[in-house]
Parts: sequence; C-alpha cells; structure tokens
Amino acid sequence: MEKIKACLDKIAPEPGNLIRGLQAIQTSAGYVSDEAIKVAADYFKVAPVEIEGVLSFYAQFKRVKPGKYTVAVCDGTACHIKGSPLIMEWLSDALKIRPGETDAEGNFTIEKVSCLGCCSLAPVMAVNGTVYGKLDRKKVIRILKEYQNK
Amino acid sequence: MINENIAEIRLGTASCGIASGAGAVLEKMQAMAGDFAITEVGCVGCCYAEPLAEVITKDGQSIFYGNLTADEKCLANIFALSEEGRFVEPEARKQKTLPKVLKLAGRINPVSIEAYKAVGGYEALAKAQAMSPEAIVNAIKASGLRGRGGGGFPTGMKWGFLAAKDSAEKIIICNADEGDPGAFMDRSLMESVPHQVLEGMLIAAAATGATKLFIYCRAEYPMAIKNLKIAIEQIKANQLNIVHGRELEIIIKEGAGAFVCGEETALIASLEGKRGTPRFRPPFPTDSGYHELPTMINNVETFGNVPCIIAEGAEAYASIGTANSKGTKIFALAGDLKYPGLVEVPMGITLREIVFEIGGADPEHVKAVQTGGPSGGCIPVELFDTPVDYDSLRSLGAIMGSGGMIVIGKNRCMVETARYFLDFTRRESCGKCTFCRVGTARMFETLERITQGEGTLEDIDFLETLGNQVRKGSLCGLGQTAPNPVLATLRYFKNEYLDHVEKHTCTALECNALVKVKLDQSKCVKCKLCIKTCPTGAIGEDFVIDPAKCTRCNSCIEICPKKAISRHPND
Repeated sequence: MEKIKACLDKIAPEPGNLIRGLQAIQTSAGYVSDEAIKVAADYFKVAPVEIEGVLSFYAQFKRVKPGKYTVAVCDGTACHIKGSPLIMEWLSDALKIRPGETDAEGNFTIEKVSCLGCCSLAPVMAVNGTVYGKLDRKKVIRILKEYQNK
Repeated sequence: MINENIAEIRLGTASCGIASGAGAVLEKMQAMAGDFAITEVGCVGCCYAEPLAEVITKDGQSIFYGNLTADEKCLANIFALSEEGRFVEPEARKQKTLPKVLKLAGRINPVSIEAYKAVGGYEALAKAQAMSPEAIVNAIKASGLRGRGGGGFPTGMKWGFLAAKDSAEKIIICNADEGDPGAFMDRSLMESVPHQVLEGMLIAAAATGATKLFIYCRAEYPMAIKNLKIAIEQIKANQLNIVHGRELEIIIKEGAGAFVCGEETALIASLEGKRGTPRFRPPFPTDSGYHELPTMINNVETFGNVPCIIAEGAEAYASIGTANSKGTKIFALAGDLKYPGLVEVPMGITLREIVFEIGGADPEHVKAVQTGGPSGGCIPVELFDTPVDYDSLRSLGAIMGSGGMIVIGKNRCMVETARYFLDFTRRESCGKCTFCRVGTARMFETLERITQGEGTLEDIDFLETLGNQVRKGSLCGLGQTAPNPVLATLRYFKNEYLDHVEKHTCTALECNALVKVKLDQSKCVKCKLCIKTCPTGAIGEDFVIDPAKCTRCNSCIEICPKKAISRHPND
C-alpha cells in the first residue's frame, strides 16, 4: 500500500495524469493490482470503475503479475511476413505456455506486441526491453537458454 | 593505435543499432580508443548494415564500417582506417534518396544542443521570431506542406485556423503515437534529431500564438522519450522556449498502447487521462480540443519539415515534388528486400524506384507493396510505375499513410495478409461504432474461414459488401479505413481468394491448413536432426511426417542441413 502511494508522490493528483500514475505503478510493481486501483481512485478522485475502464482500454496495462522475464514477440507487419507467428509457436513449445500466459515457475511471460519499431531487423522480439533482431529458430532458442540460465 | 588522419568516429546507437548489438560494440570501441571519444549518433537509415560506424577524416572524407561486432579484430579496422570491413552505400540508394528532413540524422549527437546549433540548428526559429505570425503561416501555406501522418491535410491551413482563434490559451500537440505496425520514421526522427522536431513545434507556436506544447509519444519508444526529455531541458536552459515574448510549457505524455489514439480526438481524450475513444467532428480540435481549448495536432515528421521550410524558404521547398504533394517523404522500408531501412525520397518518385533501385528487392520475387499499414492497401507489382504522392496512391485504393512500406514477396499469401490486418484492426477498434466493432470482427472471421480452406464464394461477396458498410458506418479513420487491406487485395488479387475457396489451395504455401510438410527421401542423409527438433513428434523413425501430428511450425525445415523438407499443397 505504502509502496503504491510512493509511486504517485511526484505526480499531481489531476484526472489528466491518471494514465501517467498507472504507468508509474506498473513500472514499479510490474502490473496494476486491485489494491493499486483503490489507491489510484482515492488519489485521483475518480471512481475505481473508471480506472478499470482505462486499464482495459490500453494494451500496455497488465492486471496479472508477469514473470521475471517478459518476452515480447513483435507482430508488426514486417515481422509478421518475416515469420513472427512461427517465433511465437517455437517459444510456446519451448516454454509450454500460450501468448499472454506465465509459466508455473513465474520466470517467463510471453506476449504478442504490435510493433517495436525495428522493422528493418524483422523478425524481432524483446526480453524485458532488450531487443533481439533477425531471429531464426536457433537464435530464439539460444536467447531463451541464456535467460533460463541467469 | 588510432590513425592520425581520423578526426571523428561516430557510432549509431538508435534503437535499431542497439538491437543489432551497438551497445557492446560501443563499450569495446571506447575501451580500445582510450581518450579518443566516440560520438554516439542516431540513425543514418541503413538499418541493414547496423551496427554502423562512420569515420570522418581530417580532410573531410566520410568512411563507413558496417555489420560491426564487439570483436577486437573487427573494430581495429576502423581505427586503422583499413580497407577491410568498409561499408559502401549502394550507388542507386545514394542517388535516388534526398535527405532533407533526415539530413542531420546520424550525423550529430542527438542530445547535444551545441552540436545541433553548430550545423545551423535553431536558426530557423530565430528567423521565425523576426517574422510576423501571419508571415510564418503564409510561408507554410506557400510551401504546400501536407500532414505527414497520413491524412495529408494542408498544414498551413491548419495553422491558419489556430492562429485565427482568439483565446488566452492555445494548445499544440505533436502526434508521436506511431501506431502503424511496420512504420518507424517518427521514432527515428525523435531519437536522432529531437531538437529539429522541437524547433518545428516552437516555430508553430510562434505562428499560431500557442501557449502549451504537448508531445504524445507511444511508451514503446523509451529512447525517443529520453532524448526528447533531455532536449527539452536544454531548450529551457537556453531560453529558446520564449517565443514572441511568451514563455511556453513543453510537456511529454506517454501513450499506453492503443492504435486508435493516433486519431486526433481520441488522442485528446487520452491526453486528458480517459479512454481513447474518438468523438464526432465538428467541433474540430482547432475550435474545441484539449479541455475545450483551441488545439492543433501535427505529426512528428510534419514538424520535422518546418525548420527546413523556414530556413530555405517556401519557394525552394515547393520546387520539389508533384503538383499537389510537395517536398520529400520519409519511408520505412521493410519486408522482402535486400536493403531495409529508412529512406527519404522526393514526392513523385515511382514505387519501382523505391522498391527495386533503393531497396534492392529482387524483381523476380516481388508480388506487391503494402503502404499505409492497417489503413492502407496492397499495390501489385504491375502498377509500380505509379508516382508516390497522396492522390495517386489513393486512386489505387491504397494510401500514403504515415510512411510504412512493406515489400511482399511471392511466397506470401495475400488473403493471410488481409487476415493479419483485420486481426489488428478488430483488436484495436475502440468499440464505439457498431460497424467497426462488429463489422471488423465478422470480416476477420470470414477471412479466417477462407485461410482455413472452409470459405465459400458467398464469403467473398460478403467481404465486399460488409467492407463498404464498415467504411461508411464508422466515425473515425480507423473504421473508415479498416476494410482497405481486404478491399484492395480483393481488387488486385481476387484469384488468390478464389484459389482458397474453389481449389482449396494456397499458392504461396503459407496458409497452414492448406499445406502439407513433406520430406524428400532422396535428399535425406538420415541425420535425425528433424526428429530431435520436432516439438510434436510428428516425424517417425522411417522419416515420414505424420500430417495429423504436424503443426506446420517449420522447425524441421529450418534445421535440415540438406533442405530435404519443404511445404507442399494438400493432395
């Protein structure tokens, strides 16, 4: 509770800053919990249901706790025609989870994102924000192993 | 150790460079260079050769070294000015491109205001400060600049609307919510020359009397946000944010991942902290926008053009381009071609020149080019002599869009491409208009059926009818253009739809349900790599693939050293 409040400290409590506040919470906790919604509702003086509405509208916000590493597979146009569905398939096979899910150990979450803006290196994926380009099956498995051994 | 002829070494460390490993290269280079400082620069556009370093010699020559690795031997070439490892930009690319807006990208340190000023930065702003607001608006009108975000609305007119408003507070928003998948012009501009974008905004404020400037940037671009923030601090320290005697506030807001927020009224809602749903226009934002204040929204690239126009004069700017589309346009080239990257070309250049001469695509292999992202269309190779400008592309059922250009090879299925785009728009539809919310979902399901080989001729007619209804029945640009990828592929590639429906085949061998993976026993050397790799155990000890178990994931095709496994049409 106190930790969530601390995230909002530097943000003025105007409704216009709601998205920024929720982003700050997510950066610190990795997701926006039910408790965080209550805190934000108090702070910005808006109804919790409105916050839920904003959270469900924007793709960036997560309502469940993600794994230690989030593997974001880019499915932008360039990546898609360069084979991103296969990359997703290989990752799913290796981790035994589907897009949007987290493995039982809480280590990996895989998600499909719309574009990372590195189209000239397609297909690409990002692990916790570090982008890897020109992927093939071998490279995907190697990168995954690197993180598994960390 | 460092060749005495070297004056400066630059290394591209924009997002694409970093993704190619420029971070490790920089660390290693700096360790090798000792006291000699390596300059970190943005993107020169040749993304296919990243990580890319440029050496400037004392006599002013520029030498590139490409595809660098964090390896001592590879990097030693640079310091020795060796012939080995040099990267030469293909001649056609050099001749056909015309870097104006991108002139400084990759040449200067993006986060140094001194570096930007040293090459003429903020001179245009100084010039604008000495001009009357009307004169600036007239210059932009005379330049013929049109909105680079895709709409193509005359920028000068928009500025004129805001300037005419009598209000104590006026807002300017820079739309940096580059949501089109496959487009990265704005990211590159913000990362490489943030000051140029901000200078354009400040000039706009001088012309229109704006009091507050917002940049609405997507959160997926952390480096762009970081560089802009540093640049804004530098502007404040240099008091450049005082325009015509008014001190301006410049604020960065991060988007949260919603494609529809590129639409101006949705963007304003998002900026106010709400769900980003568009509203009916009029009132237009210049009449009533952010918190009911007069508001003007321009795209990043549009602002990037402004300093060039003011510096060189509207007439010189308007001398480039076609009758109704002036100046240059930046395109993000990607897909099935040899030299993907960022290119700036004069308006009126043909698609053929861009795709084949600049992009180096193989004419034998290319089927179409996709412009305008999910709102655009596919243009077949037969029409590649079309000049690239707003009106010509629209007449072909495509749009200029923000500048994503994806080259589609013959091994891609156009029905699947259309399905991909509808999957995107159906998920990104905000849900306000019924035709967009339900219509795109029904269109997606129909396309899904066709790619599964279960489509009928009625399905194709249904797509055409519903597509036109969605177009008419939607409030904002997202819904109005969402059917474009389907309608354009139906127009030029109907045969592919018919193949799926009537013959149950996918000529491009892309649609999994219509494809079988087979192993050619005569090429097989029995190395068993495929058996070990197959995630579903579909390959037996006799090297025969069981189609019931096979998921067509291509793992065996990728691993086979003899290329004995390939995709075939269903029997």
